[in-house]
Amino acid sequence: MARAAVLGRLTWRVATVAEIRAETAVADTLVFDVPGWPEHRAGQHVDVRLTADDGYAAQRSYSIASAPTAGRLELTVQRIDDGEVSPYLVDVAQPGDKVEVRGPVGGYFVWEPGDPAPVLLVGGGSGIVPLMSMIRARAAYGSRVAFRLVYSTRAPETAIYADELRRRQRDDRGLDVAYAYTRTAPPSARRPVGRVDPVLLAEAGWPADLEPWCFVCGPNGFVEAVANLLVEAGHPADRVKTERFGG
Amino acid sequence: MYTDGNEMAGALREVFAVDVTVARGACVGCGRVGEVAQALVYGRAPGYVARCPGCDGVLLRLVRGPDGVWLDLRGLVCLQIPLPAGEGPPLLDPAPSNGPGSDRPTAP
Repeated sequence: MARAAVLGRLTWRVATVAEIRAETAVADTLVFDVPGWPEHRAGQHVDVRLTADDGYAAQRSYSIASAPTAGRLELTVQRIDDGEVSPYLVDVAQPGDKVEVRGPVGGYFVWEPGDPAPVLLVGGGSGIVPLMSMIRARAAYGSRVAFRLVYSTRAPETAIYADELRRRQRDDRGLDVAYAYTRTAPPSARRPVGRVDPVLLAEAGWPADLEPWCFVCGPNGFVEAVANLLVEAGHPADRVKTERFGG
Repeated sequence: MYTDGNEMAGALREVFAVDVTVARGACVGCGRVGEVAQALVYGRAPGYVARCPGCDGVLLRLVRGPDGVWLDLRGLVCLQIPLPAGEGPPLLDPAPSNGPGSDRPTAP
């Protein structure tokens, strides 16, 4: 199928909630079964549409958290109190419930497993989600590409995937994880409370002359601040890929 | 509040056969060149307004109606859209045909 790369028009499919896992007090991971769903590329997202009985529809984009898997995807959703979609997904949805999804989409904020360049991932808050898909994909593909993650979160209890990251840092060779706690740091933290800064990026990131890919995801202010720090540290702007989720 | 062009990927893939967010374009206002994914995107369904991160000029507007899509590309000069390599030469390739139904030669 030489033409398989040319895609058809993208339409909505029905996704059924298979499982729900609590991640933090305000974030859940929802596992969906989606018949015919293709494997995504790590970093891609999906549009989710909810339709009320009266026909009113609300739609949002969510990053895919899981490693690429045909027929199944995981979304980690953080509840936004005045949101239209996230309160339903986090507080109301139950296994067996159905939503509509469209995707996987987005080819820009994507890690290619065949690319040998080292990778720096910088996530703020729930911006960790697409970066986690890359970390999981790296393990699933058996990749030896060196990954470093810098994760900015308010406090230990707001960190999503903390247990899995601890395990992977131990077991996934070539993966390093560093935290920036912005409100409360655990006693074991090597660094005082504070935002991502040039010192942390120098210590926990890569020198620019190694030509890493840098993926930065989080709220607008976080993404702009970190992307500017990376460019000031000598990383070419086109090696710094960003994804903003508002806020 | 704004997000970025990554968020428009689904809405654009509803009408285009390829992912337009990785296309590079130049801003009519300031000449800045970048991927559609890097545009700053304001508003949500039914409409998106994508602005240039350099000069804040409007690059693209997209509105999904009940029976169609309005796409306004007034702020973009020339989109360069990546496609998979090796899918054949341009249509005007002068290579001789071997008759109806034969495959055109593939690019080296």
